Amino acid sequence: MATTTLDPRDGPTWMQRNRMTVTPILFLLPGMLFFAVYVIIPIFQSFNISFYRWDGLGEATYIGLANYEELLTDRNFEISLWNNVKWLVLYLLAIPLGLFIALFLNQTVTGIRLYKSMFFFPFVLSQVVVGLVFSWFYLPREGLLNGVLTFFGMETVNVLGDPDLATYGIIAAGLWPQTAYCMILYLTGLNAVDPEQVEAGRLDGAKGWKMLWYVILPQLKPATFIAFVVTIIGALRSFDLISIMTNGGPFGSTRVLSFYMFEKALSEFGFRMGYGSAIAVVLFLIMLVFIGYFLWQMWQDEREARR
Amino acid sequence: MRSIFKTGAAALAATTMLCGAAFAQELSGTLRIISDMSNPGPRAVMEGLAADFDALHPDLTVELTIVDREAWKTQIRNALSANPPDVVNWYAANRMGPYIDAGLFMDITDWWEAGDYEGLESVRGAMTQDGRQWGVPYTYYQWGVYYREDIFNELGLSEPATWEEEIANCQVIVDSGRACYTIGTKFLWTAGGWFDYLNMRTNGFDFHMELARGEVPWTDDRVRATFANWRQLIDMGAFIEDHQTYSWQEALPFMINGEATAYLMGNFAVDQLRNGGLTDDQLDFYQFPIITPGLPQGEDAPTDTFHVASGAQNVDAARAFLAYVTSADVQTAINGPEGLGQLPVNANASVADDEFIQQGFEMLSQNAQGGIAQFFDRDWPAEMASIGMEGLQEFMVFPDNLDDILERLEAARQRIYQ
Repeated sequence: MATTTLDPRDGPTWMQRNRMTVTPILFLLPGMLFFAVYVIIPIFQSFNISFYRWDGLGEATYIGLANYEELLTDRNFEISLWNNVKWLVLYLLAIPLGLFIALFLNQTVTGIRLYKSMFFFPFVLSQVVVGLVFSWFYLPREGLLNGVLTFFGMETVNVLGDPDLATYGIIAAGLWPQTAYCMILYLTGLNAVDPEQVEAGRLDGAKGWKMLWYVILPQLKPATFIAFVVTIIGALRSFDLISIMTNGGPFGSTRVLSFYMFEKALSEFGFRMGYGSAIAVVLFLIMLVFIGYFLWQMWQDEREARR
Repeated sequence: MRSIFKTGAAALAATTMLCGAAFAQELSGTLRIISDMSNPGPRAVMEGLAADFDALHPDLTVELTIVDREAWKTQIRNALSANPPDVVNWYAANRMGPYIDAGLFMDITDWWEAGDYEGLESVRGAMTQDGRQWGVPYTYYQWGVYYREDIFNELGLSEPATWEEEIANCQVIVDSGRACYTIGTKFLWTAGGWFDYLNMRTNGFDFHMELARGEVPWTDDRVRATFANWRQLIDMGAFIEDHQTYSWQEALPFMINGEATAYLMGNFAVDQLRNGGLTDDQLDFYQFPIITPGLPQGEDAPTDTFHVASGAQNVDAARAFLAYVTSADVQTAINGPEGLGQLPVNANASVADDEFIQQGFEMLSQNAQGGIAQFFDRDWPAEMASIGMEGLQEFMVFPDNLDDILERLEAARQRIYQ
């Protein structure tokens, strides 16, 4: 054989032919693997465990839907569920609050950077510190809140000791850093607002609220979306504040689903893994509504961008 | 349930120390201990114990890990099931249950039989489940009413022995603008102490234990009688306000500042009260008063323990360590005023010369014929305890909710004990 001719059947290798498909898959593989092991599979495991009675150590007994039936009659679960709703609704206040502080701070005055950082400061604090500071603020006798109330001759109030008020007290504490977060999102968003459009709006006679509503806000839509996402997520993981400020009490009135799940499954007196998993499944379904909405929204945006 | 000192006298008579036998063999390798003695005082004691035991056995290395006491309550499961250490800390009685059932604690009945624990006969009961022994105790402490002696003197009061005297005393205290009792129920268990005593005094120790074992419904009239007595105190303003917001430590200043005159607590509170500036002249102790005459008094005296993990690698060293910790000399040392400041479990050990420890020892050895309970959260199954204590806290804030609370507890009882 003197010469090696190219066999027409030899063509590019399989790898070469499929490079466009294989490369992204290879790049995605590690991430997908971890996502599967740490997120997807545990979700299905939780679904599975929720059909068992299991203390985490011994034998698991299959009990079908009994855990869910118990949830239906469990008053603590009901309270936790309602508290979750309160958190979700009231936590959203952080978005308008953040917007107005951002609008207020979006001006050029000497020292504005200092003011901005002061407003941003609470977000830098750990949730645990925020919780501690607020629980001191609410203290029934020494607390600042009651000091002020007494000064104005009003009745003192034990916010964290009153089952009707405690949840609102904790949400107020959570709003403090969350408002700062939304404010920062809007401040960056405001930088991107097109001055020409503002100018054009002004020529057309838009002022005040109209200007805000028809010219500024539509341009802030991406910031609003992100603010909404982080606030919803923040409301659903309110665990640390509750744990620090009331530990779920008084008599369980400030629990949310994540806290109740922890208590039932993992705390000192818990270890009902099946029941905890059933709570986790309910929490997951609630989250799924929001996750579905977020994904749909992002998909829409992407489609629009491609058009 | 179990009287630690029922056989106290007999145990005192037996003064020979047989546990020396365990030390004879040469120990080698590593002994791994995980301890929950994380508060400063106990931590020093535990570190001292480990160091001394290490020094006793030249070929043996003692590896000590100290875990935060509260965190340990949830970590012990993982610690025992994955790569278990040799020796761990835990609590006596019912709290051992889950780990025994899961096969995580080693059955050390043989070591008890072999005479490793001379002088501990009286506490053996608290370590027994299913007729076997699963660990050894190393300390315990009394509960009772710690009060401000100086305020009592100022008001012309004396230690109450009966419920009538108690109520009369309390009325005087309330009229003087103070609260009778400080308490912080944020973490619930302090309310459990009140229920333990009120129920043991109203219905007796045996009834209390029947309730703990789930044999009596919570809606029973006798349980209601206990709550009725409790309500007497609540209605007259005996407890400080807003107690649901405080931890037990945050409730201490009320007593130290004289806004409340007494505290139903374990002996560990004494240290904190002294640190808060109260002298022994201002502080004193009395046994919880009798409510139903003629009932033998039961007492809370929680016991802390050592256990060997069933997956222990160095069983010989673990055995020697348990014998070492419970021996009379070591017991005297670690429970002394320089150490834990509590009661030794070994009958041959001497009790520290401290006003409160001495009174506690006397009370438990002579005045607790009813029996010794561990505590609400240790005698009741864990889940029942947590639901129960939440109900007790609610009762202390809203006594009118009693019917609702009892029905809830009863529903929980029927589910948990089935």
